[in-house]
Amino acid sequence: MNRLRHPVGVAILLLGVLTPFVPLVLWSFAGRWRYPGLVPQQGTLRGVRLLADPTSQVLQGLATSATIGAAVTVLSVAVGVPAGRALGLYEFRGRSLVRLLLVAPALVPGLAVLLGTQVFFLRYGLADTRAGVVLVQLVPAIPYVTLIMSGAYANFDVDYERQAALLGARPWQVQLHVTLPALRPALTVAAYFAFLISWSEYALTLLIGGGTVKTLPLLLFAYAGGPDPTEAAAVALTVIVPPLLLMALVVRGLSGRGGTLGLARS
Amino acid sequence: MTPGPAQVAVRGLTKAFGGAASPAVSNVSLDLPAGSLTALLGPSGSGKSTLLSLIAGLLAPDAGDVLFTGRSVGSLPPERRPVAMVFQRPLLFPHLSVGDNVGFGLRMRGVPSQQRRQRAREMLGLVELDGYAERSIDQLSGGQGQRVALARALVTEPSVLLLDEPFSQLDSGLRAQMRQLLAALRQRFAVTTLFVTHDQAEAVEVADTIALLLDGRLEQHDEPRAFYERPRSVAVARFFGAANIIAGTVCGSVFVSPLGPLAVAGRGAADGPGHLVIRPESLRLLHAGEASGPNTVTGTLTRSEYRGTHLVLIVTVGPVSLELSAPTCHSAVVGQPVCVQLPPEACTVL
Repeated sequence: MNRLRHPVGVAILLLGVLTPFVPLVLWSFAGRWRYPGLVPQQGTLRGVRLLADPTSQVLQGLATSATIGAAVTVLSVAVGVPAGRALGLYEFRGRSLVRLLLVAPALVPGLAVLLGTQVFFLRYGLADTRAGVVLVQLVPAIPYVTLIMSGAYANFDVDYERQAALLGARPWQVQLHVTLPALRPALTVAAYFAFLISWSEYALTLLIGGGTVKTLPLLLFAYAGGPDPTEAAAVALTVIVPPLLLMALVVRGLSGRGGTLGLARS
Repeated sequence: MTPGPAQVAVRGLTKAFGGAASPAVSNVSLDLPAGSLTALLGPSGSGKSTLLSLIAGLLAPDAGDVLFTGRSVGSLPPERRPVAMVFQRPLLFPHLSVGDNVGFGLRMRGVPSQQRRQRAREMLGLVELDGYAERSIDQLSGGQGQRVALARALVTEPSVLLLDEPFSQLDSGLRAQMRQLLAALRQRFAVTTLFVTHDQAEAVEVADTIALLLDGRLEQHDEPRAFYERPRSVAVARFFGAANIIAGTVCGSVFVSPLGPLAVAGRGAADGPGHLVIRPESLRLLHAGEASGPNTVTGTLTRSEYRGTHLVLIVTVGPVSLELSAPTCHSAVVGQPVCVQLPPEACTVL
């Protein structure tokens, strides 16, 4: 990572990443922007006002997306970490089958099985509820967390856990003081991925949420199809910015102490 | 933690791993006096580490029990046993500083941080790493890492210290230093120590007693000297480098072999087929014209190898090759006939 600190390299990288966002930012403040103007002829705060306007439901959507995203992150980590440990550390019969089944949701397009899934959700009264949306988003999120964590556990040396136990650490203390710090980088990335999957999910949310659970991507699609590109751009920025801020936090967390692969097998 | 060293009793421990033909540890019983240092010696794959893991509680035995000062610890998980263990690799936690690594065991026991730091600093002083508390562990060399691991194990004052080939990954000079450090630490901490090693010289140097494991069985548990002078079996003698093992028949105090009849002293083995065991350093090469004593055989010097501190000479007597060590100033010439004496008191019949 240190090599990327070179200022020219960083500049090129930033340019490549940020350039696509420039028109988006310009559009969200553009009152009038006609050909052949390179920049908008007239600025406006219409986009900003839209976000704050309760009838636009953008802030509500932000809250819904954040809540569902947090729930999906917590639940997929809760399931994926032990599953990843089992897959990464232990030999057992049918391990490759379990691995295949876990990757399946990532390989098969969600849309293909969605209609069948929806029938079950309707039958159990989970359709049109937030709980239902969380549940259906776990289908793609859990495999990602599990796979990332199984890779991390495969590189983890359990002798560290034995050593900790022989220094008097109870099983929960071993997890808290030894295993967790060692797996923190992988865990951070896995949680971030789970959140991203939930945050950007459209099809699953639309069908299971039935339009009642309005997350940001749903609102964005509605505005993108609407007449006002300024409003659409403002909503798009609302979708993009939170994951970027989270990413900044994640990167800071990873570059801190213990940010290396830690207790890797030698 | 129970204060003071524990008397350790291993009772009939057996452990087999699935798929293995014979058990890794087979019916081992062993008594370690409180405060003693016992070397658990054996070639790789002899079950030393398995036995250590059974005592530590990392593995559950198929049969048998472990008692610390008369009390069974068989049902206790490792963290509840008053043991500390140092592995082959230091296994220092990379997210903690050197000082916090040493204080880890105290932290797990809820010792306040001020006190923890104080004790960690004291321990680091004892392993000659004063002022290292704030360092990160990747600033340590291999030997320093293992010293920190030793400090970390001893800081909680365990009753039993288990060392699993702790110095095997260090070079020989460093290993000698570590052995001295271990001896010094034993003066300070009375702790019953079990030291796994595959190196018999190391075992002889550090240990009060040696327990020799071969193929999962305890072959002999004795003071180091006994392994040279009174080996229990041919396998023990062979492991300890008794190069001369001659098959023959014993009858009373006479051993008949291709070397001819030889007088043997010491404990009387039952009459019948047996093996004569004699160490290379016990054989005497007679000078020309020297009066021959009992058990003298004549052969041909077929090889002479220089080993720095001594010469290894091979003398062929009929179908038998005898290996003996001689001072480096010895001037025997290869190809010449020589007389070798097998002193009766150095001959063991098994």
